[in-house]
Amino acid sequence: MRRGLLMPAFALALPGLPLAAATWAWHQGLALPVLLWTDALVWLLVIAVLAGFWLGRRSEPLREGWRRVLADAPAMASAVVLAVFVLIGLADSVHVRLALPAAGAASSGWSVEVTSALDLVLDDLRERRERTYSAPLATHAFQRETVVGADGRSVREFPRLRHGGAHLADPETEHRADILRRGLSGLLAGLLLAVLVGVVMVALVARARAMPWRRAARAILRSDTAPDGRPAPHWLALGVTLCAIALLAGLCTALSSHYHVLGTSKVGQSVLYLSLKSVRTSLVIGTLTTLVLLPFAVVLGIMAGYFRGWVDDLIQYVYTVVESIPSVLLIAAGVLLIQVYMESNPGAFATAAQRADFRLLMLCVILGVANWTTLARLLRGEALRLRELEFVQAAHAFGLSHGRIIARHLLPNTVHVVLIASVMGFSGLVLAEAVLSYVGVGVDPSMISFGTMINDARLEMAREPMVWWSLAATFAFMLALVLAANLFADAVRDAFDPRGGARAGQGGGA
Amino acid sequence: MGAYLLRRLLYAIPILVGVNLLTFALFFMVNTPDDMARMQLGVKRVTPEAIEDWKRERGYDRPLFVNPQASGAGRVTDTVFFDKSVRLFAFDFGRADDGRDIGREIRERMWPSLAIALPVFVLGLFAYLASAMLLVFFRATRLDLAGVVACVILMSVSAMFYIIAGQYLASKAWRLAPISGYAEGWAMPAFLVLPVVIGVVAGLGAGTRWYRTLLLEEMGREYVRAARARGLSEPQVMYSHVLPNALIPILTGVVVVIPSLFLGSLLYESFFGIPGLGSYTIDAINAQDFAVVRAMVFLGSVLYIAGLILTDLSYAWADPRVRFE
Repeated sequence: MRRGLLMPAFALALPGLPLAAATWAWHQGLALPVLLWTDALVWLLVIAVLAGFWLGRRSEPLREGWRRVLADAPAMASAVVLAVFVLIGLADSVHVRLALPAAGAASSGWSVEVTSALDLVLDDLRERRERTYSAPLATHAFQRETVVGADGRSVREFPRLRHGGAHLADPETEHRADILRRGLSGLLAGLLLAVLVGVVMVALVARARAMPWRRAARAILRSDTAPDGRPAPHWLALGVTLCAIALLAGLCTALSSHYHVLGTSKVGQSVLYLSLKSVRTSLVIGTLTTLVLLPFAVVLGIMAGYFRGWVDDLIQYVYTVVESIPSVLLIAAGVLLIQVYMESNPGAFATAAQRADFRLLMLCVILGVANWTTLARLLRGEALRLRELEFVQAAHAFGLSHGRIIARHLLPNTVHVVLIASVMGFSGLVLAEAVLSYVGVGVDPSMISFGTMINDARLEMAREPMVWWSLAATFAFMLALVLAANLFADAVRDAFDPRGGARAGQGGGA
Repeated sequence: MGAYLLRRLLYAIPILVGVNLLTFALFFMVNTPDDMARMQLGVKRVTPEAIEDWKRERGYDRPLFVNPQASGAGRVTDTVFFDKSVRLFAFDFGRADDGRDIGREIRERMWPSLAIALPVFVLGLFAYLASAMLLVFFRATRLDLAGVVACVILMSVSAMFYIIAGQYLASKAWRLAPISGYAEGWAMPAFLVLPVVIGVVAGLGAGTRWYRTLLLEEMGREYVRAARARGLSEPQVMYSHVLPNALIPILTGVVVVIPSLFLGSLLYESFFGIPGLGSYTIDAINAQDFAVVRAMVFLGSVLYIAGLILTDLSYAWADPRVRFE
C-alpha cells in the first residue's frame, strides 16, 4: 500500500518542490520567478515521463524490460551518471530574477539577469572570477602582465590570481601542501558519503529480500540475481558508480573553495561552472527535440501504416521530401529564418536569457522537424505489421472505430519502438549541438553550451603554451554524458527489442 | 531496366518539386524579403528606400506568384517564384549576394570537397569493414568485447575533438603535415593527408560497430551453418558466403551517400580551410546569404535522390535475384 503511494508522491514532489520554493521566494520579495519556455517544457517532460511510468506500472513486458536494463552493469552505471546529469539539469531549469538591493524604503525592482537554482547553489563558483585565463589549481595568472611594484618600477611578471590560492601567504612553499591537504580532506568527505550510500543500499537490499545484513552485503558484492530468479538490479554497479561520483564531488568541492579546479576561461569564468551549466543545454536539446518530434512521428507514422492507400502515399511523400534535404542544410535554413524573426521582433524578449532560450527552443523544434522521419518510417513499418495481426483484425470485426483501434491496440504495442528510438537518438543530438554551434547555426552565442565552449577554446589552439583545460573539461563532460547515454541506449534496445537487438533505422529506397 | 530507371527519375520530380516548394515557403513566405533586407542592412536606422534597393538588386521586389503588371507569359515568369525557384530545375542558381554566379562557384568548389570526401569514404569503407571482420572472426572472445567497448567509446567522442587533437598532434607536436590550407597540383596530397586520416579515424567507432552488427546478423543465418557443416573453414565461410550476402545491407547504407560526397563536410572544410562546398555553405550561413543556402538545399536533395536511385541499381548488381519490373 505504501509502495503504491510512493510513485505519485514522488511525481508531485519533483516538479512541486522547486515550484513551491520559487513561489515562497516571490512572496518574500526575494525573487521573481521566470518561466522560460524550455523550463516549462522540461518540467512537462518530467511529468510526462513520470506519468508514463505510472501508466505502464502494471504492464509486465515494460517492467520486465526495465528489470533487464537495470540488471546490466554498464546500463546501471550509466543510468546513475545520467541521473546525476539530469539532476544538475533540473536544478538549472528553475529560473528567477533576484530582487535588486533595495535603494531606500521600497525595493527597486528585479535584476535583468536571470539566475537559476543551480546558479544560486554554485554562487561561489560563479562570483569568483579572474581577469582571464588561469590554469587548473593555479595561484598565478597564465600570462605575464605589467605590474607596478611597490618601488614604482613596472615589471613583467605572472601576477597572483584574485581568488585562486589567494589565501596562501607564500604560494611557492605552501601551494602543493595546501592542495594535498584540501584534496585529501575532500576525498575523505567523499569516502564518508560513499560509505553512507553503501550502508543505505545494504539496508535496502536486506529489507527487500528479508535477509540479514551480512548476507545482503555478500549478495551485492557477488551481484546475485533475486531469489525468485528474475534479474535483480545490479546493486554493485550502482554502488561503485555512486562512490566514484561521491569521491569526485568531494574532491571538487573541497578544492574549489579556494582554487579553480578546472581553470578559468578567457573572461575569467570558472571552467567547472561553465561545464556544469552546459549540461542543461545538452539535455534540453537531447530530450525536447524528441518531445517535439514524437507527435509528428507517431501520428503520421501510425496513420500511414494503418490506413495505407492514399494516406500512406501522401505521408510517405512528405517524409521523403523532408528526408531528401540534407539535415545540416535544413537546420541551417531553419535557424537563419529564426534569426530573421528574432531580429525583426526585438521587443518580444524581456531579457537576454529569454531571447537565448527562445532560440534554444526553436533549435529543438527545427531539429525535431529534421529528425522525425526515421521514427515515422519505423512506426509505419510496425503499424503495417500490427494491422494484419489477429487481435487487430478481431477488434475490427467487432466494429471498433479506427481511433479506438489505434489508441487501444496499436499505440501500446509500439511503445517499445518509440522508447528505443528516443533513447538512441539522445547521444546523437548532444553531439550535433556541438557541431551546429560551431557552424554558427546552433544555440545563441551567449548561451553556455559544450558547442560554444569548444568554439571558444578552439581559437586558443595556436597559443603557446596551449590553453588546454577548457577543451579537456568539455571533452571529459561530453564523453561522460554521451558515453553514458550510448551504453544506456544499447541496454534499452537489447531489453525492449523483441527481435533481439535487430538494427534500427536503416536508410533505404523510397 | 531502362523503363525502371525512367520511372524512378519521373518519381524524383514530385519530390524535387516538394523540396522546392518547401524552401520557397521557408525563405519567402515565413519571412518576407523585407525581413531579410532589414536583417542584412542592420535592423536600426534602415530606410524604406534602402530596403527597396536591396530587394531590387536581388530581384525580390516582384510579386511572389502572379505578376499582374506583366503581359502574356510574363505574368507567371516575371515573379519571384519563377525566377528563384523554378529556375533551380535548370540548375540556374542565380547570383550570390556578392554578385558572383552561384552555379560557377559550385562547379569550381566541388572538386576540393571531393578531394577530401572521396578518400575518406573509400578508405573508411575498407577500414571499417576490415576491423568489423576482425571482430567477427573473434566473436564472443575478449578481443571482440574489447573491440566493441572501444567502438562505443570512440563513437562517444565528438568529431571536433578528433580534429582538434589531430591538428595538435600532427601539426604542432610532430610537425608532420600543414595544420590547414589547400593547394592544387602536386602540393595537394600534403594538405589532404591530415583531414583524410582524421576523417577515417573519427568514423571508426560507429563504422566498425555498424558493419559488425550487419555481419553478425548474416552470420546467424541457416546457410552459414550449412556451409560450416560442409566443412568449410571460417575464412572461407566469411569471404565467400557471409560477405557477398552482407553486401545488400552494406550497399543500402553506403551507395546513397556517394553523390552527396560532392557537398563535402561543413566541419572538416571549415577546420582545415578547404575551399570546397562545405566551407562555401558555412560562409553563406555566416553572411546570411539566402540565395546560396537555397541553392545548396536544392543541390543536396538532387544528390540525395540520385543516391537513392543508384542504391536500387546497385542491388541489381549485387544480387542477381533483384529484378526491376
